[in-house]
Amino acid sequence: MAGLEAETRLRHAQPERIFVLNDLPNTFRNQPDERGHFGDFGGRYVAETLMPLILELEREYRAAQQDPAFQAEFDGLMEHYVGRPSPMYYAERLTEELRKDAEPGMGAQVWFKRDELNHTGAHKINNCIGQILLAIRMGKTRIIAETGAGQHGVATATVCARFGLPCVIYMGAEDVARQSPNVFRMKLLGAQVIPVTSGGATLKDAMNEGLRDWVANVHDTFYIIGTAAGPHPYPEMVRNFQSVIGTEARAQLLSRTGRLPDLLIACIGGGSNALGLFHPFLDDPEVKMLGVEAAGHGLDGDEHAASLLGGAPGVLHGNKTYLLQDEDGQITEGHSISAGLDYPGIGPEHAWLKDTGRVEYTAVTDDEALEGFQLLCRTEGIIPALEPSHALAAVAKRAPQMREDEIICMNLCGRGDKDIFTVAEKLGVEM
Amino acid sequence: MTRLQNAFSKPHAAFVAFITAGDGDTAANLDALVEGGADVIELGMPFTDPMADGPAIQAANLRSLGAGTTTADVLQIAYDFRTRHPDVPLVLMGYANPMIRRGPEWFAEAAKNSGVDGVICVDIPPEEDDALGPALRAEGISPIRLATPTTDAKRLPQVLEGSSGFLYYVSVAGVTGLQQAAAGSIEEAVAALKAATDLPVAVGFGVREPAQAAAIAKHADGVVVGSAFVDLVGEHGAKAPAKLKELTAAMVDAIKAV
Ligand SMILES: Cc1ncc(COP(=O)(O)O)c(C=O)c1O
Repeated sequence: MAGLEAETRLRHAQPERIFVLNDLPNTFRNQPDERGHFGDFGGRYVAETLMPLILELEREYRAAQQDPAFQAEFDGLMEHYVGRPSPMYYAERLTEELRKDAEPGMGAQVWFKRDELNHTGAHKINNCIGQILLAIRMGKTRIIAETGAGQHGVATATVCARFGLPCVIYMGAEDVARQSPNVFRMKLLGAQVIPVTSGGATLKDAMNEGLRDWVANVHDTFYIIGTAAGPHPYPEMVRNFQSVIGTEARAQLLSRTGRLPDLLIACIGGGSNALGLFHPFLDDPEVKMLGVEAAGHGLDGDEHAASLLGGAPGVLHGNKTYLLQDEDGQITEGHSISAGLDYPGIGPEHAWLKDTGRVEYTAVTDDEALEGFQLLCRTEGIIPALEPSHALAAVAKRAPQMREDEIICMNLCGRGDKDIFTVAEKLGVEM
Repeated sequence: MTRLQNAFSKPHAAFVAFITAGDGDTAANLDALVEGGADVIELGMPFTDPMADGPAIQAANLRSLGAGTTTADVLQIAYDFRTRHPDVPLVLMGYANPMIRRGPEWFAEAAKNSGVDGVICVDIPPEEDDALGPALRAEGISPIRLATPTTDAKRLPQVLEGSSGFLYYVSVAGVTGLQQAAAGSIEEAVAALKAATDLPVAVGFGVREPAQAAAIAKHADGVVVGSAFVDLVGEHGAKAPAKLKELTAAMVDAIKAV
C-alpha cells in the first residue's frame, strides 16, 4: 500500500525533479565528513586557542555515542524530565479551514509534531539535555550559552539547575529589553544573564561574547550552542540530539497513517528544529521537505533574516555557511518579528541541503507569520510561538495545493506564551 | 632576504605594532609608528564580528566600519604605506569572511599588489588552510599562524606546516587586550616553540607597558602591541600620531636595552 502510493506520487512529480533525484548522492544521512564539512560548508573556523578544545569535544562526543549508558541516560531524561515522546496530532479543524479555499479534492491533512509541549515550551531542551550530559562527562564545571529570544537560555538554565552547574547566559542588550519574561525565568533558575552591548546587541553579538568567554575559560567551561551551527562537531551533535523529533515523528506517522508523510515543514532560525525533524526522513525520497526562513518586512529589502534565500556563503561563528552580509563580507543585522529566527547565519547542513536540492526553502513575512499565529489559536486552541508561526504560514499556502489524501507534518516546535506581548503590540492591543 | 626576514634579523627583538585600518587618520598613525621605530606593521582589517578581540579592538573595528571603511580602502591604505615605506614589512590581520568574500585568489592577488608581506587570519586554523593558505602561498605572501597556550607539542607541527614569516605566540588563552601572561610561562613557551621551528617567534596579547615588552624581548624574537595603540587612537583622534610615536619609541628603547 505504502509503496503503491509512493509510486503514484512519483508519477505526479515533475520530470526534472526525478532527474535531480537520480543525480543526488545515495544517502543524505552520512554528513558531515571527518573534517566536519557538509560539502563546501561547515568546518572548524575558530581561533587556535579553541581548536584543541573542539578536537577534544569531538573525541568525547564520539565516545559518548558509543556508550549505551550515555544514550540510556539521555533517553531517560527525555521521557521523564522533558516529557517525550511528544504527541503527533492531526489538526482536523485547521485542515478543514484550509480546505475551504481549495479546489475540490484538494487540501492536505495537517499533522503537528508537538514539541511545544516539552518541558520549557520548545524543542531547545532536547539539545540542552544532550550537551549537558556531555559537559558532565568531560568534567566541565561551568556552562555558558548565548540566547536570542531567551528560549535556549531558559532551556540551558533549566538543565544547569537540574544538574547543579553554574550557568552564564549571554544575551544581546536589545533582546534583554524585548524578552524580559524569559530573562526573569533564567534568573529564577539561577543563571547569570549578561547583557551584551557590543555590535548590534542581538543574538550574533551574544554568540561573539559566548565565544570570547569560552576562549578565556577553556579549562573548565562548556559552551552549549543552541542551534545546529558553530564549529564542528556542534552542527552534527545538535542535529543528532534534535533528531529525536524526526525519529519519533516517523514512527508515529507510520503507525497512525500507515505511511510516510508527503511534506515536512519547519521554521528555520539556525536550523535545529528543522534538521531534527528532517534528518531521519532524508533518505525517504517520497518525503519532500520545506524549510521556512523569516522574510521579516520582505526579501526585497534588507529587513529580513533569510540567510539561504537572501544571503551568500561565508564564514562566521566557526562555520562556513550562508550569511547575511555585504559585498565586503561584513555581517548585516537580520530582522524578524520572531527573536528566535533573527540570526544572520544558518546551520551548514541546511546550506548543503539547499545546494543539493534535497530540501526546498522558502520565506514568510512578519505579517504572514502573525496570521499563521492567529489561525492556529482560533482553529485548534493552541497558541504557537512566533517561530513555528512562520511554518504555519507556509502550511496555509501549501496545503490547499496538495491533494486531500496527502499528509503534511509540521514541527510545532514552541509555544507562544513568550510572544503574547509582541503579538499584542503588533495587533495594537493594550495589555 | 624578505622584508620580514630582515625585520627579525636585527640585533634586538623586533617590535610589531598593530592598529586597525580606517580608525582615525591611518596613514598618519602608521607613519608615527614607523618614526617611533616599529620594525613590523600589523594592519587590522575591520570586521563586524571580531570574536577573538577584547573591548579596545572591538571598538576600533566599529569606529572604522562606522566611518565607512571598505576592503578597497584597507588595500589602498596598505598600498600607500608601501609607497611611502618601501622597506617596512606590512602584515594584514583579520577574520576569514572579509578575506575570502570575493574568493581567496582575489584577496591574495590584491594584497600582493598592495605590497602586503603576510596575512594573519584569526579564524582559519590549519585544519581549514584550504580556504586561504594555498592562494596566499601562490602569491608569495606569508600565512602567519598563531600558537596559543592550548597548542600542545603534538599539535604544533600542524600549526607550523605551510606557515612562514614568523610564528605569533598568543601568550594568554583569551581575547586581545585584557590580561597579561606571567613572564615565566612566556619564557617556557617560547623555548618550546623555538625548539620546534626556525621561524622567528613574536609574542603578543596583553602587552601595554615598555617593561613588559622588555621582559618578553629577553626570550622572544618579537613583541606585539595592539590594544594599547588602538586605545590611543580612540582617545586622541587627530592628535594620536604624537602619542603613538611616543609609546612606540618607549617600547623600542626598552626592547633595545635588553
Ligand atoms: C520555538 C523556537 N523555534 C525555533 C527557533 C529557531 O531555532 P532553530 O532554527 O535552531 O530551531 C527558536 C529559537 O530560539 C525557538 O525558540
